[in-house]
Amino acid sequence: MNGAIEERFLDSAGRPFAGAKGKKKRRPASLRMTVVMRLAFLVSAISVGFALDVSAQVTLQRLLDSAKEPQNWLMYSGDYAGHRFSALDQINASNAAMLVPKWAYQTMAGGKFETTPLVVDGILYGTGQDNRAFALDARSGRPIWQYQRALAADIRPCCGRVNRGLAILGERVFLGTLDAHVLALDAKTGNVVWDATAVDYRRGYSITLAPLVIKNLVLIGVSGGEYGIRGFIDAYDAATGERKWRFYTIPGPGEPGHDSWEGDSWKIGGAPAWITGTYDPATNTTFWTTGNPSPSNRGEGRAGDNLYSNCLLALDPDTGKLKWYFQFSKHDEHDYDATQVPVMVDQGERHLILQANRNGFFYLIDRSNGKLEFANPFAKVTWSDSKDASGAPIARKDASPTLEGNRVCPGAAGATNWMSPTYDPQTQLFYVTAREQCDVFSTAPQPYEAGHAYYGSAYFPNDDAAPFTGALRAIDPNTGKLKWEWKHPSPTWAGVLSTAGGLVFTGDAEGNFIALEAGSSKALWHFQCGASVYSSPMSFAIDGKQYVAVAAGSALFTFGLP
Amino acid sequence: MHSAKNVGLPDPQKPRAWAAAFFTCALLLMIGVLTAPLKAQDKNPLAGDPKAAKLGEFEFRANCAFCHGLGARGGGRGPDLTRAKKRHGSTDADLFRTINDGVPGTAMPPNGATQQGVGMTEEEIWQVISYIRSVEKKADAAAVGNAAHGKELFNGTAGCSMCHMIQGKGGRIGPDLSATGSTRSTDYIVESLRSPGRRLAQGISEAMKEFSQEYETVKVETAGGQKFMGVVLNEDHFTLQMMDTREQIHLFEKDKLRSFEKSRESLMPAYDQKTLSDKDLQDLVAYLLGVGVQ
Repeated sequence: MNGAIEERFLDSAGRPFAGAKGKKKRRPASLRMTVVMRLAFLVSAISVGFALDVSAQVTLQRLLDSAKEPQNWLMYSGDYAGHRFSALDQINASNAAMLVPKWAYQTMAGGKFETTPLVVDGILYGTGQDNRAFALDARSGRPIWQYQRALAADIRPCCGRVNRGLAILGERVFLGTLDAHVLALDAKTGNVVWDATAVDYRRGYSITLAPLVIKNLVLIGVSGGEYGIRGFIDAYDAATGERKWRFYTIPGPGEPGHDSWEGDSWKIGGAPAWITGTYDPATNTTFWTTGNPSPSNRGEGRAGDNLYSNCLLALDPDTGKLKWYFQFSKHDEHDYDATQVPVMVDQGERHLILQANRNGFFYLIDRSNGKLEFANPFAKVTWSDSKDASGAPIARKDASPTLEGNRVCPGAAGATNWMSPTYDPQTQLFYVTAREQCDVFSTAPQPYEAGHAYYGSAYFPNDDAAPFTGALRAIDPNTGKLKWEWKHPSPTWAGVLSTAGGLVFTGDAEGNFIALEAGSSKALWHFQCGASVYSSPMSFAIDGKQYVAVAAGSALFTFGLP
Repeated sequence: MHSAKNVGLPDPQKPRAWAAAFFTCALLLMIGVLTAPLKAQDKNPLAGDPKAAKLGEFEFRANCAFCHGLGARGGGRGPDLTRAKKRHGSTDADLFRTINDGVPGTAMPPNGATQQGVGMTEEEIWQVISYIRSVEKKADAAAVGNAAHGKELFNGTAGCSMCHMIQGKGGRIGPDLSATGSTRSTDYIVESLRSPGRRLAQGISEAMKEFSQEYETVKVETAGGQKFMGVVLNEDHFTLQMMDTREQIHLFEKDKLRSFEKSRESLMPAYDQKTLSDKDLQDLVAYLLGVGVQ
């Protein structure tokens, strides 16, 4: 056992985590509440109106200090910075070749399994297709509770009946649903504590992302860019489910940016927000990204930049007020959603956001003001061949979709997509899944009809560009230059995890889950999961043993040392 | 899991929705008693509706064109749907089933289960069927060539059957062509003969994998110095499953090979005018088209 790990094992109260020493068996803190504590909780709950942070399992402080408890994975990206980095190093370059499967949990659901589970004090919380949620014994994979929402037959998820995970605060986990509700579930039973309707799903809205908890608020964004929605980001009171604010990602009449839409196109202009944001406690700013304007592949009828589609937004988490924005793809006609986790990195006095965007450029942005430092392509790009004065790429006029079809790179699925990148503070490299696929974009004058798919177009792979490939690319964020790449035989939808063990983990469309040396791209280990990986891996520890977990097919797999 | 359903589930939190559902059910039961037992899904309720066909075209573009091409004329991936006879059934009910449930064992996924396109409601599926009907040829054009001579060529001098199987007879290294006539356009078949490397045929499709394996050519040399040439059956980053020209299957770990070389030049020879005249080509196409029609 690795001594360095043991020292880091602290429970919720900051005490050494019992299992780490392997001597005294103690139950996790959450299960050790005494009668007095329970009474105290009840009393405090009654007297202060369910103030969750008084004696609860996961406090705001624990979320802020997630780095202090690397055995746990407390939010979608592992931390507020969006690093998807695990400080655990028991599994490392010297022993990764010995990794073996420890357990698998089968949802038995079809379609893509996109969850990143949370792990808190020995319990793993995950989600599955069709709004399943479950709590498992993280040692064994045995379920503690299982939940599934009864969904109406006419829900409108655009791209699979998927969900990417939960958020946790206090004794509750939070789930966004395909019928556009936000739920609080009791972390001990899976019972619904509150159920808030975000919006009428019949207009094309759904929620697929893992919520983000900031202070006492649960933040979500909506999917629906394929249905002509008007996107928004919401914050709900974690205690009651009451909505505290809404930020419309398309400004209404009289608001700045409203004139970036032609006529009434703003009402059905899309700009969904379907990937979890990040949070900077130092400036009390939360960073969210938005998706394509609707219809995605037809610009006619929505002349203008179409704010705030395809943007990075800096919001005040207390009020939802916009601090600044940066738009990656103006007046987009290629479905280049900017919904990639905005990764926060600090370099001395520089406070940055890193994003490898679906449009093929890697952007470095000053997160204090939204100013672009530079944009460099990290994959094949033909939609842009010039930059404006700020260095932002500009679309070529002749890159627009045409009736008969126009070949453009990257294709509609993008040079990357929602699969998480990772930032490894040890190598100081940014790792991202890149897709090399060009598409033929064709347009069609489709009328809007509420709740119906609203693409205005079709796209399909260009056979001349076959075979379509992919790669895991390690990028130096200071230059945007490629440090190394690991080639995939075909494009993948798997995200990336980096660990203090000097490893990066990713998956491929051929079903392999792979461990690579973070510094060199050398493959150290792989396991055939039996189905394409459509998820981003994570890592946790229990009883002093590190695990790596990834969803593939209908199973959540965990791996560890023998 | 992704089937479109006839009646939306009422929201249990809304008593009015339940009441409406009860009333609807009662009404449907009455209608059911009074009318002939014609199943709703046997016929397209939107048949012949030009507006439905137009809406169906948009749905088709969003959901189907990725494989079946603009105008439903087929691409390298999906079959030509303008053919009157469909491989997996040509009635409205057949088409609905194919679209909603997918075709097991092929790259055709169930409705809404893939990365491409959106899930469709029952109404939208009928719209797509209306669209397909609107672009469908009344009957598949009678082949102009001599199918009997085409069969002779296939099994004889043209050498096709050395590599391709039709209804259980022939070689294994190339794609089985039993279904080609019923799914591919004439243009596609002609192109496959004249320039087989232009679009490689698809091999194995895996349930969640976006792109099917293609018939790429592969050459390997083992650590022991044995050399093999053949087609890729499947491949991932670490392993190769291939069939060599003697129809032997080999399973390799790539890092144990001395050399590994892949090419998108098809192993199939290009049949130019000298090796296959236009007349013979027509006869071969006539044979292939005839085989597909059952």
